[in-house]
Amino acid sequence: MNITVKAPTLSRRDVLAGIGGLSFYMTLGMDGARLFSPAEAATTDQKITPWVRIAPNGTITILTAGAEMGQGSMTSLPLIVAEEMDADWSKVVLEWAPADVEVYGYRAGGGRSMSITGSRAVMSYYPDLRIAGAQVRKVLLINAAEKWGVDPASLKTEPSVVINPANGQRLTYGEIAAFGKVPEQLPAIDAKELKPKSEFRLIGKSMPRRDIPLKVNGSAQYAIDVRLPGMVYASTLHSPVHEGAPESWNDAEIKAMPGVIGTVKLANGIAVVAGKFEQAMAARKALKVTWKKAQAAGFNSERALEQDYAKVHADPAAKTSTVDSKGDAKAAFAGAAKLFKAEYLSDYGYHAQMEPLNATVRFNEAGNHAEVWDGSQAPDRCRADVAQALGFKLDQVTVNQCFMGGGFGRRSLSDYTVEAALIAREVKRPVKMIWTREEDLAHGAFRPQSFQCLESALDAAGKVVGWRHCIVGDGGALVTGGMKIPYYGLANQHIEHRGVSHGIRLKHWRAVAHVFNIFAIEGFVDEMAAQQSMDPIDFRLQRMAITPRAAKCFETVAQMCDWKAKRPEGRALGVSISERSGSLGAGVTEISLDRATGKIRVHKVWLAVDGGTIVQPDAAKANIESGIVYGLSSVLHERVTVKNGVVEQSNFHDYNVLRMSDMPELMQVSFIDRDAPPSGLGEIGNPFIAAAVANGFYKLTGKRLRHMPFTPERVKEVLKA
Amino acid sequence: MVSFTLNNKSVSVDADRATPLLWVIRDHVGLTGTKYGCGAGLCGACTVHINGKAQRACMTPVSEVEGAKIVTIEGLSPDSSHPLQKAWIAEQVAQCGYCQSGQIMKAAELLAANPKPNRDQIVRHMDGNICRCGTYYRIIAAVERASKEG
Repeated sequence: MNITVKAPTLSRRDVLAGIGGLSFYMTLGMDGARLFSPAEAATTDQKITPWVRIAPNGTITILTAGAEMGQGSMTSLPLIVAEEMDADWSKVVLEWAPADVEVYGYRAGGGRSMSITGSRAVMSYYPDLRIAGAQVRKVLLINAAEKWGVDPASLKTEPSVVINPANGQRLTYGEIAAFGKVPEQLPAIDAKELKPKSEFRLIGKSMPRRDIPLKVNGSAQYAIDVRLPGMVYASTLHSPVHEGAPESWNDAEIKAMPGVIGTVKLANGIAVVAGKFEQAMAARKALKVTWKKAQAAGFNSERALEQDYAKVHADPAAKTSTVDSKGDAKAAFAGAAKLFKAEYLSDYGYHAQMEPLNATVRFNEAGNHAEVWDGSQAPDRCRADVAQALGFKLDQVTVNQCFMGGGFGRRSLSDYTVEAALIAREVKRPVKMIWTREEDLAHGAFRPQSFQCLESALDAAGKVVGWRHCIVGDGGALVTGGMKIPYYGLANQHIEHRGVSHGIRLKHWRAVAHVFNIFAIEGFVDEMAAQQSMDPIDFRLQRMAITPRAAKCFETVAQMCDWKAKRPEGRALGVSISERSGSLGAGVTEISLDRATGKIRVHKVWLAVDGGTIVQPDAAKANIESGIVYGLSSVLHERVTVKNGVVEQSNFHDYNVLRMSDMPELMQVSFIDRDAPPSGLGEIGNPFIAAAVANGFYKLTGKRLRHMPFTPERVKEVLKA
Repeated sequence: MVSFTLNNKSVSVDADRATPLLWVIRDHVGLTGTKYGCGAGLCGACTVHINGKAQRACMTPVSEVEGAKIVTIEGLSPDSSHPLQKAWIAEQVAQCGYCQSGQIMKAAELLAANPKPNRDQIVRHMDGNICRCGTYYRIIAAVERASKEG
């Protein structure tokens, strides 16, 4: 049931007819991509699927390691290979790469990873896939040259054709595949041999996404759609207090219910397994469980955020860790002409991906191999986690990748997949486990809440010479990301984190900490500008030691929105930087306010993005617009609160997400042209929204919004204060 | 036993009468294009047509559709040729795609009743369907395109 996404113009017969031909095995080694010959591939222990296969009929199959959660990289990654191969894209068929990190992973730190997180798919694979594509092309050239008895360097290519310019002779890639050989010694590729930007035929050209035709007729397969012979259904009930373990439950009563096959005790929940999902749901509803006390018992998130965190910040004995430090902040503050200080808060956030978490698992008869169907942002990690939970070796687990009904960071954690595997082992049948929406929310893994204090020191000329930023929050790197300010070259900085621990489950969330850190940083910068009676963009350009790259973003967005032009009555602009995964941007929002209801309306959004080379501009734009909407939604509506250890929200009626009628009238995204490798784009759209809206709110009202989200109740309170 | 017409075929299912139509369609019949999103009528991912009206299958007990004519995304056209499906591809609407079956079915109800809706009518009609990827602009563009190109 591996998913093959085929080019719409090719039939299954074409693909079958193409058996034979040239196969290119590739591994992304620590020293770069490396193709190896079929003979060499046959001698390795691992089963390896060739990355690129060229069939005599011209069909080219390229594996894609881009886990697809909507961002489009399942199309973008093979397109990079096809570009350097000079392949005819209409003849390219895509297949998911197996979850084998040693073969298909990109280089990350000292190891490899297939984790598609932080919007890094294209940026992580780009250099290696280009080299690999160029190597395939060179092998095709060598084969054609040998046939014609000419120098390969004298030949050129057009899409899927090798041409001899001297006499006009042509050989299609399919024709070469029929007789060609992959040499034992594969040709090396020098970076200089890669195509210059001006010769790109696919990169930068907005080719239609390959997944979309499958998503208009119900045929795209998500994990929740998997159907296996003899499959049964599981529904889970997790501890209402995070990390609570089940102690006892009404097992006999549940097992007597219609269709119920069994119950399974999990680390933090009980699973009910039944023949039909509705039977499992009914049994779940009837579950009565007593839970062991967990750390989060009695936790009150609002009290912690609004009272306790400030005390941690004020406590000189609190344990601190330095995130970044430059120059001598202490001296800068001691000698300052003017000092500023402000505090910011941000609530917990939930992913709310549309497809509730689920996975399907089947064991072989001997019970020593598990086959998993999951939509995972990290299929390699999923495989390892499942293997570990089962006490299996890696090769005892196969992961079949499925489309994801949204990821946003949540599907990089395999807690639910592990549960499905444990349940399937216990009941000895194929099991599809589906969390209800209520479970998905209550047992979520949230964007952490945080308290932040920012301080700055200005010299007599009004330039910022000292910068302090302290964050208090749980989750380590999940709260410190985005605290560094490489776009402002301030000489003296001290950035630190003070940890707390609540036992609430936390996880990456679209741009995670960049969301609340950039809110605080850029809200604070706006406060300084206002106090100096300066235009906020001018203030950044003149007083913040801004880098040229960041200045260019602000200058571009200022042009896009006609920054200094007068706005209609009752509307105002706010501006903020955006930064994430190597990309940089500056965004502006135009808002209005209904003072009676406290409702903020965002009318227009402009964002200038420096993301290096844009591989697929239309898909990239869609992805960034998606980030903007995600940002607006989180800034205007979304909050998770915990009371007495229990999450208070349960579904879309009390966890509000942005709907169509909330959409701005205009969203404009522009790319700043820069000939540099691609950087991440999926998370550049949301980190600027909070500060841009809050800064516009100040312009309208003279009041500061310093607590995210800006719900109508909160807005009314701020207006009253 | 409950019997109804599903995408022009007669179907009889042996399900508890209270079972939501959603799970009957997905699990008993095996058409998985209709999605589970919230189970509470809040998101629209499970939207199907019941006697021509867009309804939330997660909130419809199967007993209520006895004798009804039901159409799911799989039955909207045999070959993705419905104007909305073509427009959805032309406008490159879908991202994760999970909500899109429901979006298309909801939009199809609108165009059947009002072939030339204005922007405001589209937004009001579609407002109950959540798209977490935020493809709302492209949904509007695709409905307008389908309306124009028929």
